[in-house]
Amino acid sequence: MYKRSVRRRRAVLALLVGLSIALLTAYFGESASGGLHGIQRGFLEALAPLQEGASRALKPGRDLVGWVGDAFDAKSDNKKLRRQVRELQARLAQSETDSRDANELRALVGFNRSSSFPTGYSPVSARVIARSPTVWYSAITIDKGSDQGVRVNQPVMSGSGLVGKISDVAADAARVTLLTDSTSGVSAQVVPDGANGLVKATVGNPSDLLLDFVQKGRPVAKGATVITSGWKSSHLESLFPRGIPIGSVTRSDSNERALYQRVHLHPYADLRNLDVVEVLTRGGPDPSQKAQLIP
Amino acid sequence: MNVRPGTIVRIAVLVLATVVLQLAVVTQMTVLDSDADLFPLVTLSVGLLAGPIPGATCGFLLGLVADMSLLQTLGVTSLLLIAVGYLAGRYRELRDASHKLVPVIGALIATLAYATAFSLVQFLLGVESPVSPLVIREILVGVLMNGLIAMPVYAGVRRLLRADLIDDLRPRRRRPGTTRRGPLTGAPLTSSAVTITGPARPRRN
Repeated sequence: MYKRSVRRRRAVLALLVGLSIALLTAYFGESASGGLHGIQRGFLEALAPLQEGASRALKPGRDLVGWVGDAFDAKSDNKKLRRQVRELQARLAQSETDSRDANELRALVGFNRSSSFPTGYSPVSARVIARSPTVWYSAITIDKGSDQGVRVNQPVMSGSGLVGKISDVAADAARVTLLTDSTSGVSAQVVPDGANGLVKATVGNPSDLLLDFVQKGRPVAKGATVITSGWKSSHLESLFPRGIPIGSVTRSDSNERALYQRVHLHPYADLRNLDVVEVLTRGGPDPSQKAQLIP
Repeated sequence: MNVRPGTIVRIAVLVLATVVLQLAVVTQMTVLDSDADLFPLVTLSVGLLAGPIPGATCGFLLGLVADMSLLQTLGVTSLLLIAVGYLAGRYRELRDASHKLVPVIGALIATLAYATAFSLVQFLLGVESPVSPLVIREILVGVLMNGLIAMPVYAGVRRLLRADLIDDLRPRRRRPGTTRRGPLTGAPLTSSAVTITGPARPRRN
């Protein structure tokens, strides 16, 4: 009797472990349009209303916990923000002068477009309904999907800057891979210095991003703004339109043996506390179908 | 554990509610950039209350639903939670799991082991970005938060599954007035007092 129960226990354990490994292997082996991925998308679609309901219903509780945490940070934030206001006032004056000059130049070349929003895109506001619980998958789920025009690889931003891009879409929900995910990469430019590089995550530290592959010796000022470079050539096009703010430079690592310098930046968007985001959608074919889209 | 149709429904409700609560609520309540993780806690509770097979099965289902709803690599979370549920169940079989602190200490150990193993698996699968040492702080804060909420989660799981448990680990109490008392001293007769029949040991002063 005892032996039978031990055998049964071991058999169940072996079966469950075998199933997990089989799933892991099959999932790794198949493409994004494979069967298991399809089942996942279907499941997400079914679960999204539940998550949305729970997220809305328990928001007061979340806010209460957030308020307690925020109160601890408020004192140091206040001092930091006062210093930033002084700096920004000086930069605003400079920026207004530059903006006036730029408007005159635009009028000269007949280049008429708003600098505040990328042309050809229309924003779709979405609410964050779920968040990945582990630091290794930095992703959120939003309540808008393909029915609202959301497609894979479209950029996602908050009020303060770039957040990430759409990585999977269901009918009424989508998954956003954040800038802090280990697989994330965004081609970016430091302004006004003009240095280009690729923004990558530092896993485990959501307030630190890395601008990699910046040409060595190129000056990068502390506090300089980093924006999406949004380049385009005859066959290739960046996923992100030009000009979306990403963050500000905090420091630069220069290693004599390395070919490139690494610039650290602080993201403008608070990637740990996102409630509402905006997906930059645009008409035309699904961007995921284009083979030559590059971060 | 008595497995009846109601048991399956209760386990399904537990798994679904845990995933929805974790993803929609708990992950958005951060302290020091970290949050609690209900997955190892619930799996541990089921293992401690019901044994290794229900613990491992619950861990597998919980991991599967979590990976499905997060569009993550299928199988990773399941594999780790199976281990948590199975080992918790084996502990229940081999040791006394009725002490009040077992869920708390179990939660600390299980969460630490789960988070560490999850990180190792991610390294094995390949990480394309540099990793900050703050990952360790995040793991440790998560472990502490899980320790803090271990008791209510354990109590909630026990309440949900109580009808199916063969022997509930909760310390039992007699109703007032039904306690059997000794004829000489009037002290309550416990089961151990009744079964000990050998000569009394000499007292040490």
